[in-house]
Amino acid sequence: MGNKQTIFTAQQLDAYQDNPFRQRIAEVFSEDGEGNMTLDDFLDMFSVLSEMAPRDLKAYYAFKIYDFNNDDFICKTDLEKTLNKLTRNELTEDEVRMVCEKVIDEADLDNDGRLSLEDFQHMIVRAPDFLSTFHIRI
Amino acid sequence: MPPKRKNEIAISVEDVGMEVDVVSDSGSEDEARRRAKNRRVKPQRKAKRVSSDEEDEEDEAPRKRGRKKKAKPRDSDEDDEEDKRTKEESDEESEEDRGKTKKRGADEESLSEGEMAALKEQVEEKKKLIATLRNKPWRMKRRLVLLKEAQEFVETFEGALGKGKGRKLYAYKVMMAKKVIKFKRDFENFKTACIPWERKIKEVESHFGSSVASYFIFLRWMYGLNMVLFGLMFGLVVLPEILMGLPYGSIPRKTVPREEQDTAMDFSVLNDFGGYCKYSFLFYGYFNNERRIGLLQFRLPLSYLLVGVGIFGYSLMVVIRTMARNSNEGGDGAEEGEFTFSWKMFTSWDYLIGNPETADNKYASITTSFKESIVDEQENQKDENIHLRRFLRVLANFLITCSLGGSGYLIYFVVKRSQDFAKMEKENLSWLEKNEVEVVMSLLGLVCPPLFETIAELENYHPRIALKWQLGRIFALFLGNLYTFLFALFDEVNEKLETEKSIRNATIWALEQYYANYSSHFNTTDVPPPNVQPADVIRGPCWENAVGIGFVKLIVSDMQVTYLTILVGDFLRAVIVRFLNYCWCWDLEAGFPSYGEFDISGNVLGLIFNQGMIWMGAFYAPGLVGLNVLRLLSSMYYQCWAVMCCNVPHERVFKASRSNNFYMGLLLLVLFLSLLPVVYTIMTLSPSFDCGPFSGQEKMYDVVMETIEQDLPSFIANIFTYATNPGLIMPAVLLMVLALYYLNAVSKGYQQANIDLKRKMKMVSMSVLLHVPSFSNISRVQDQTNDCAVYSWTL
Repeated sequence: MGNKQTIFTAQQLDAYQDNPFRQRIAEVFSEDGEGNMTLDDFLDMFSVLSEMAPRDLKAYYAFKIYDFNNDDFICKTDLEKTLNKLTRNELTEDEVRMVCEKVIDEADLDNDGRLSLEDFQHMIVRAPDFLSTFHIRI
Repeated sequence: MPPKRKNEIAISVEDVGMEVDVVSDSGSEDEARRRAKNRRVKPQRKAKRVSSDEEDEEDEAPRKRGRKKKAKPRDSDEDDEEDKRTKEESDEESEEDRGKTKKRGADEESLSEGEMAALKEQVEEKKKLIATLRNKPWRMKRRLVLLKEAQEFVETFEGALGKGKGRKLYAYKVMMAKKVIKFKRDFENFKTACIPWERKIKEVESHFGSSVASYFIFLRWMYGLNMVLFGLMFGLVVLPEILMGLPYGSIPRKTVPREEQDTAMDFSVLNDFGGYCKYSFLFYGYFNNERRIGLLQFRLPLSYLLVGVGIFGYSLMVVIRTMARNSNEGGDGAEEGEFTFSWKMFTSWDYLIGNPETADNKYASITTSFKESIVDEQENQKDENIHLRRFLRVLANFLITCSLGGSGYLIYFVVKRSQDFAKMEKENLSWLEKNEVEVVMSLLGLVCPPLFETIAELENYHPRIALKWQLGRIFALFLGNLYTFLFALFDEVNEKLETEKSIRNATIWALEQYYANYSSHFNTTDVPPPNVQPADVIRGPCWENAVGIGFVKLIVSDMQVTYLTILVGDFLRAVIVRFLNYCWCWDLEAGFPSYGEFDISGNVLGLIFNQGMIWMGAFYAPGLVGLNVLRLLSSMYYQCWAVMCCNVPHERVFKASRSNNFYMGLLLLVLFLSLLPVVYTIMTLSPSFDCGPFSGQEKMYDVVMETIEQDLPSFIANIFTYATNPGLIMPAVLLMVLALYYLNAVSKGYQQANIDLKRKMKMVSMSVLLHVPSFSNISRVQDQTNDCAVYSWTL
């Protein structure tokens, strides 16, 4: 970015943001749920994503990030959206469906066909590299 | 070191940038203590820790959490729901507590005993809220509001508590405590700012992901360890000898012998650590054996021995502490295949990545990994010809054992040859012949691992298992090489001991001759010591110096080979691929050589073995630790540059899970293995008679016995005599074995209990679902489930 710009086009911003969940992170941590953050929200975001945050706190916010429709459950559509964002739509329909079914199989403890916060937490606190990947170094 | 002590920080730092209050009741009276004890007894009934074990450790009185003041405004419904969903336990607790406090009343003005105590309890609640506020998943705004209110409350009423009971002193104590906390906070900030290379590691991390960065974090940790060892060795052994000991040239052991003096400054001699290097503080032989030296009467030989042993002790302590910390954070490990797809989906994205190219790579690797898992799922694993597979695996293991044996024999042979060379004249030997041992060892370290990998293709294992086998084999290779080297070195040492005996006899005989001549010639018995220049005295072969020099040469050549490999294997390759691509028939970047990937496991193993050699050699060459510090420093900068310049991120990412503790375990093993030779030589071999701090004694540890007898009061000597009695040691060893067995049994019991409880929870949740199908609202069923889980736990 050569000369000083104050307004960035969407294309320019896209190239600098590689995280597939960037939109969700902004929405989760913002006050109005639209993606506009105050300083407090910004601090919140970095405090959760820092090295020091406890595992449960991170799990709680990770759950909110992956819950695309904000209904406090991670249902199949949420899973499909997550997977497509992760693989940039490279997998076929069948494969996506299969993976989502497997995830629900593995993690859903109360058998309601979707992941609640408890299911998610139960599964994620056992993951060996959750802490190291859900982390931003400043 | 990166402060991962989030436990301590969460407890001790309640300051969030505003004025702070005390945690502990600095002016606590007995009542408050009693009440605190009662409070601690009460929550033991509530053992319902669902997933908050960490926060338990962090809170000081862990059960009481977030009890809010009654009149506190609730921010928004959203926050309420958040709170309810995640802290159902605290809701239940706060309901109970609210009931109790209603009983106790909220009179804050009167000063009767009971109400004072109640007030004190409230103040303590607020303080606890302040301490744990950081961990709660609330909005920042809400947290700030709560914090302000809690602090105001504590501020107002803490003063009231001191009324009539040494108020001034109380206020003073509170103020001092505040200052102390602020100071601690600033100190923590300062320490974090002092951590070296944070920016560099962050850059590597954002380009290559967390696994490559973990190598650099490990390197930084090693550097810290070596700095401490260097400080110990240098401050307690080398500096006293330099400052308070005799200068160079005053006694024979500190002077270059007459025969060697004209070549002592030659570069080739210095390169072999002979000449002036050999007779300097870098090696064991320089140190004098005077019991006490200088103004402070510093006991150098004792210090040398204790520092030598203390290096191992400190390293052991640090490694075990790091292992314990790592294993605490590892979570209660689930089995390998339990949550494969879920973990892939939710933990595969590395939020640290900040570079478009790396992100592209990451997307590609995630997609590949998903596709592989899908294929694995769908495939019907027919075991085609299990006999062929077994035969191939046996064949591969046989081949690898042969090559390991071959390499061991090669090293032994080369070391034997080098002993023969040492007897010949130096000028007749080529450079290759002089440095044969080190070159061979480094070459083996370079050539064998790829060889093992190629042979391992026969075995057809899953990549993670294949990696473990590979690491194990490389470990065996390095270990075998190192120990063969050591054994060959021991042969040399024994030879030297033989020659030493004869030289010693000759020296004693010559001295007696001199006395006899002198007294017979001048007819006196008062004979002055022979006036011989230090450089002309006959010298013993000083085997400790030979060992020290052997290790130093090995480490230096290892370092040179590593740097050269990076230069040629990575940098030159990258340059060739980049510039030759313009005029080559096929695409070099995508096709055959392409850019190298950073070999994490190879580098980590190299680092671990280097540290092992340092531990072995530090006793015989005190300067070695300093050399290693320099090496690690330069290695950090060099490898960071090389990685950023010449490597590409990994194509295939499978995490060697929990690998951090695996490498620490290897380090621990190497520590023990390098302790053995040093302890053996201290205990069994006798020191040289004319060099080093233990010269003239039977065994090296005699210095400790001497100190105990002469310098310490006599009853301590008695204690030691009793303690070393076999009749006392045997029962102690037996007791330790029994303790081990008991702890093992207890831990197994806990694991079993854990499994049983998990099963119970699943069963209870299922049974609730079956028995109350009429509830349409699933979240209410979930509340019920949790309640049931609570009760079943407490039953």
